[in-house]
Amino acid sequence: MTEVTELMRPEGEALDTKEVLLNLGPQHPSTHGVLRLVLELDGEYVARVDPHIGYLHRGTEKLAESFTYTQIFPLTDRLDYVCPPSNNLAFALAVEKLLGIEAPIRAQYIRVMMAELARISGHLLITGALPMDLGAMTALLYAMREREMIMDLLEMVTGARMHTSFCRVGGVREDLPDGFLAKVREFCDIFPHRIRDYERLIEDNRVFLKRTQGVGIISPEDGIDLGLSGPNLRASGVDWDIRRDEPYEIYDRLEFNVITRNEGDCYARWQCRVEEMRESVRIIEQCLDQMPEGPFQVDMPTIAFPMDKDRVHCSMEALIQHFDLSAYGFKVPKGEVYSAIEAPKGELGFYIVSDGSEKPFRMKVRAPSFVNLQALFGVSNARYLADMIAVLGSLDPVMAEVDK
Amino acid sequence: MSVTTSVISTLIAERFGEAIEDLGFSLGIHAFAAPPDRIVELCRLLKEHPQLRFGFLCDVCGVDYYPETPRYEAVYHLYSLPNKWRVRIKCRLGDPPRVPSVTGVWRTANWHEREAWDMYGIHFEGHPDLRRIYMWEGFEGFPQRKDFPLRGYKDELNPFGADGPAPNQPDLATRDIPPGGRTTPGT
Repeated sequence: MTEVTELMRPEGEALDTKEVLLNLGPQHPSTHGVLRLVLELDGEYVARVDPHIGYLHRGTEKLAESFTYTQIFPLTDRLDYVCPPSNNLAFALAVEKLLGIEAPIRAQYIRVMMAELARISGHLLITGALPMDLGAMTALLYAMREREMIMDLLEMVTGARMHTSFCRVGGVREDLPDGFLAKVREFCDIFPHRIRDYERLIEDNRVFLKRTQGVGIISPEDGIDLGLSGPNLRASGVDWDIRRDEPYEIYDRLEFNVITRNEGDCYARWQCRVEEMRESVRIIEQCLDQMPEGPFQVDMPTIAFPMDKDRVHCSMEALIQHFDLSAYGFKVPKGEVYSAIEAPKGELGFYIVSDGSEKPFRMKVRAPSFVNLQALFGVSNARYLADMIAVLGSLDPVMAEVDK
Repeated sequence: MSVTTSVISTLIAERFGEAIEDLGFSLGIHAFAAPPDRIVELCRLLKEHPQLRFGFLCDVCGVDYYPETPRYEAVYHLYSLPNKWRVRIKCRLGDPPRVPSVTGVWRTANWHEREAWDMYGIHFEGHPDLRRIYMWEGFEGFPQRKDFPLRGYKDELNPFGADGPAPNQPDLATRDIPPGGRTTPGT
């Protein structure tokens, strides 16, 4: 037998049952992707759980070693594909730290706004999908309706609904289109009412409450020991948010609350995400109010593409600059950096070792979902097979990010 | 920042003397280089000392500096929630790479170390369950090593792979099998 962690068994129950091995997945609607859980069942109780991952492994880190820094952005999109702007931002920040540059203020506002839109989109998916896993289909349909609004906003800026690749080292790809800010403001006006709707749908749903309250409790000590981060850890009462504690970009200019809950159960994790969406709306509104004019990327011909793309057709220098950056990329000074941001799922870190060339010598992604999924070992009192579904859903792993 | 630097450096120098090299503070992180045999002791000090309390292990990963010697490196990133400090520990490893596991200090190290084993073949001694995590059981070689071709080796499933194993590929028949490293029951 392989070594797997023992989950808590119900005490004082002496059923004469045979232990059964059950494969949950790789294809199972509640695994949110391709995850296989090998469960050892003692009747209806789960005795052991052994997650098998890697079905979506694409070798992102190995691939990155043969790509230039700009070419890596599309790879980061495909990590947590529910909210790509956050991944782009995390990678861009790491490279900018190595280069010792900072994006212009307007670019920082744009990036933060996009990242918060992505956070709402990611949280919407799970706040809808968790009730669906537990039998309440309606919430997901409403959540997808609002998520579509965000998709439309992202499409308006980047031309893509999912894989945005919008950040660049030293800024963003292009400036915001006309009328975009008005659309975002419209969204910010509508969305808080919609959040209230979800809460009304779910908060009185007795089936949902019975299956999530008091289920899959993670204590704060266990959470930290297991490396949980993001809303999963805050639901256990740990007041830690990288946006506030190690502010990057312009987060130190913005006002927002860090949402915590003390229960540490599946319901608390769900609630945390719902509340965080409200805070994200606040952040976006502040970005809209404060959005300054100015360049959207750094004015450094060795790093950034020509700001006005039309010049490429009529200026020799701009053409050379464009060709050079596209074909060879830019050199990054020798050194190493670890830079982490608060992604929707938790601490998303990039560890980059540069040998001074145009390609990273080593890029390691500290994927929050990968670590969060491991917490399946640490939950107490998830006794029933059905509880596993609730716990898994509430931890919100995105398998593409788990498998990298 | 200077406070970070001085407190951590002083405490580590007091306990370990010359054994742990101070690599200084750069880009928000204080880095140290430790020999493999002191790594667990260092981690315990960082986690348990009341002034430091690095309770959060962000990441453990391998790096392959082929063709340098010593060739491998295990890199640990720690975070102290109360102090908001970050620390990096670098640990150079020879070939074959072996380092004691820190799963006894942080449970989260379990999967990180499995990943480093899977991708770089770094053997974490004392790990409770050192199996491959991404690649399948029975996969040969360690795909993120620098001498492993990007497209893999040619076989019936992979017609676009490279020919033959690289010269520095370890002899697969004699490669050390970790404890617990065998096929799982089930399909």
